[in-house]
Amino acid sequence: MGKAELPLHAPATQTDKGYIGTSVPRPNVRRLLQGRGSFVDDLRFPRLAQVVFFRSPHAHARIKRLSFERAKQSPGVIGVFDGRAVAEYCTPWVAVLGHLKGIKSPPQHAIAIERACWQGEAVAAVVAETRAQAEDAAALVEAEWEELPAVVDMEESLGGKRVIHPDLGDNICFKREHDTGGVDEAFAKADVVVEETYHFGRHTGVCLEGRAILADYNPAEHSLTVYHATQAPHMMQDIFSRHLGIPEGSVRVIARDVGGSYGIKVHVYPDEMATCALSIMLRRPVKFVADRLESFLSDIHAREHRVKIKMAVKNTGEILAFDLDDLTAIGPYSVYPRTSGIEGNQVVNLTGGPYRHQKYRAKMHVVFTNKNVTCQYRAVGHPIAVALTEGIVDKAAAALKMDPAEFRRKNLIPDDAYPYTFPSGIKFEKLSHHQTLNKLLELMNYRKLREEQIQQRKKGKHLGIGLAAMIEVTNPSPAFYGVGGARISAQDGATLRLEPTGMVTVLCGVTEQGQGTEAVFAQIAASAVGVSLEKVRVITGDTGVTPYGGGTWASRGAGIGGEAVLLAGRALQSNILDVASKVLNLDKKSLNIADNAVVDILTQEKKIPLEELGRIAHFRPDTLPVDFQAELTVTRHYTPRQYGFTFTNGIQASLVEVDPDTGFVKLLKHWCVEDAGTVINPMLVDEQIRGGVVQGIGAALYEECLYGPDGQLLNGNMADYLVPMSAEMPDIVCAHVETPTKQSQLGAKGVGEAGTAGAPGAIMNAINDALMPLNAGVTAMPFTPERILKALGKV
Amino acid sequence: MEHAVDIALTVNGTAVRQRVEPREHLIDFLRERLGLTGSHIGCEHGVCGACTVRVDGKIVRGCLMLAVQANGSRIETVEGLSDSGELKELQKRFHEKNALQCGFCTPGMLLCAQALLGRKEKPTREEIRSHISGNYCRCTGYQAIVDAIEEAVNGQG
Repeated sequence: MGKAELPLHAPATQTDKGYIGTSVPRPNVRRLLQGRGSFVDDLRFPRLAQVVFFRSPHAHARIKRLSFERAKQSPGVIGVFDGRAVAEYCTPWVAVLGHLKGIKSPPQHAIAIERACWQGEAVAAVVAETRAQAEDAAALVEAEWEELPAVVDMEESLGGKRVIHPDLGDNICFKREHDTGGVDEAFAKADVVVEETYHFGRHTGVCLEGRAILADYNPAEHSLTVYHATQAPHMMQDIFSRHLGIPEGSVRVIARDVGGSYGIKVHVYPDEMATCALSIMLRRPVKFVADRLESFLSDIHAREHRVKIKMAVKNTGEILAFDLDDLTAIGPYSVYPRTSGIEGNQVVNLTGGPYRHQKYRAKMHVVFTNKNVTCQYRAVGHPIAVALTEGIVDKAAAALKMDPAEFRRKNLIPDDAYPYTFPSGIKFEKLSHHQTLNKLLELMNYRKLREEQIQQRKKGKHLGIGLAAMIEVTNPSPAFYGVGGARISAQDGATLRLEPTGMVTVLCGVTEQGQGTEAVFAQIAASAVGVSLEKVRVITGDTGVTPYGGGTWASRGAGIGGEAVLLAGRALQSNILDVASKVLNLDKKSLNIADNAVVDILTQEKKIPLEELGRIAHFRPDTLPVDFQAELTVTRHYTPRQYGFTFTNGIQASLVEVDPDTGFVKLLKHWCVEDAGTVINPMLVDEQIRGGVVQGIGAALYEECLYGPDGQLLNGNMADYLVPMSAEMPDIVCAHVETPTKQSQLGAKGVGEAGTAGAPGAIMNAINDALMPLNAGVTAMPFTPERILKALGKV
Repeated sequence: MEHAVDIALTVNGTAVRQRVEPREHLIDFLRERLGLTGSHIGCEHGVCGACTVRVDGKIVRGCLMLAVQANGSRIETVEGLSDSGELKELQKRFHEKNALQCGFCTPGMLLCAQALLGRKEKPTREEIRSHISGNYCRCTGYQAIVDAIEEAVNGQG
């Protein structure tokens, strides 16, 4: 394996040498390459029953009557159940958090009881021997409805003329205001004030594997084993235990291969809770796999913001203040347990984030509507905050006739200003905006591209260049959820074990959905202990065997789980050397581990292979001193504490060509320079960025869940809802600056969301840059050909 | 299964005789009856390509073909083409380039890409992008997949 393709050992980190910073291929993907993985739908169980859900065809309707008579007669049917029957086994939940002051949401049941509040909400469960039989029977469920007025538009919802949940008094789930003071004065002092209203379409994750869960209740033990396509097995264990009334120790959640998640699979879904309840009710394993149509109707959606933003600027280009008003709609319920208040909250926290202005005012409303629920999807709030900030920054640069890159350079927080507290209250440990900007401009050959753009314009070709600087939340501390009362772990643990054969087994609470968690843990463990990579086995995604942890979300896996692995690896190495010192009768300080053997620390002379040491420690401990016990299994935990979040920074650039006759946008190239601290595996980091960028491209150009005025989803299938496909995607050039966090010994920050955070803003700016000579601009994502032609006055 | 139909076909070189419902999709037949779970179900309406299998040498979407239509056919899936070694080169390149993340699209992507490898003319990068543009991958952003296929195409001499 080629080591160190990139010189990525940043100074000041204490990382062990070895595999850290090298692009090793993921050891655990061979099964996936042969179609021999085990996704939930691949598992086979005796007496497995399948559930499908009868879902509301209306956006808002009272259930007058449900009749299951005909459905129950259908071949293969085991049972048909309404919300009341399931509620006997599964208690409802309310998704609020203590630190989001004033957030409110009504109780939500696994299956709606009296009223359906969005089209697609499950109102009955049909269980049969096969999925086809269950679907046949679901078509025979008879329902009588009293249609209620649907609140679909978020401005209308805020207006509150019709209240979706009368008990709550109004349609406002959550609101927040933030004001540093001095904002009006700053605007009065400004030479230029730029303002704009931006719209962000509602879109969704479109995991290729639909949500999937297989619940296996054992009545003899009153225990529940759940095979679940989830990012957070321990969180789900707690939730299953609480809401299904089974002791936590009797609930085991196993997440084997998961076919994409991106935040979609970290939430509590009512149909999944119902599936577990049904397994208990029927005393047999029950499986639910969302098909594509119900994925569109019931996987969380995200975004849907309308934001008014205003920025005060001096003639010198100095930004004085931001003023923001965000309105976002989340469907009829706040989603459990993370709540749906977080995305708006992030917009308030992060807007203007890369810049050094001191005055900031923000107002934000989160409102209920009768559409599918929204919640945290990859990059939560960041794509909004980045696009708002970078869009208005470009507008100011244009007003002042300054180059956008120079305008940014003038305003970016200086690289020597850290630690730094941003006017929204968030704290930055150490960022590198100027380094990343310089690197990006060099990487893309910015000057030359600008010249090329001028030349091409003369030929009638409309090229656009867009920049988007960004900050991103990673490695969250308990400040994210825990302080608000959510039982979501901010810490993660890792157990490392030296096996008798000299192999090292790693167990960690962080999960793998393809991002390469297990590969980087293997790299860290091998490096910390001193063994070669093929000696390491990594196990994740099983509450029955791994240490407790939060799982995968908020770009925390490598930074938090990785640190736990590193600490455990060092502790295991020390324990191995204790054994070696007894076996060899040598001073521990004179020994080290390298290449799967205990060696002399100075001469590297091989003293004893780990295989032999493992044999002695496990099978012949009688040969060791009587007062000595080998401890070859160690567990360590890590929680980030000094900062609420370990912020990262980066900058993206997009080069596009806009065809003013068709409104089509051609993506020519994309660049991203990111500072994610210590890079453990450059290839995997780049692939996280590329995949993230392409999801951001989807948001910018293609993806939107379109609803009719009656709250019907109009494009809930893959033919009508467009996702990025290979032919339209650009090559994406990645580069890095490394500023390791000093909060951990590993120094790694998160990287999974950076691409998605910045790409929409960069593309928006590129399109508007291309449209500028045509005196047109777009502000509503996705930037479809129709919207571009409308902006050009052509349709 | 009052209208069941008997079919006989070859799957990964093994003769298979089964009685199926006329409405049963080929992909459900392969996964549910034969336990060949390598080919995945992504959309069930012919858009995502996750269920791509090979029927009589040609790649098809297992969700757009009925099992009864495969009567008398020769079916190959990712499991069979892995065992025969036919996908070895592509699998190696996919692994080296990290051209998969969650791996759910990978079997379909491999079968789709393999159809390019047999061609006389070496495809350009654009042609590779276009060829796989019916196979949806949400994780990678496609670049690594295109790189891997390009290497496999160029590596075959």
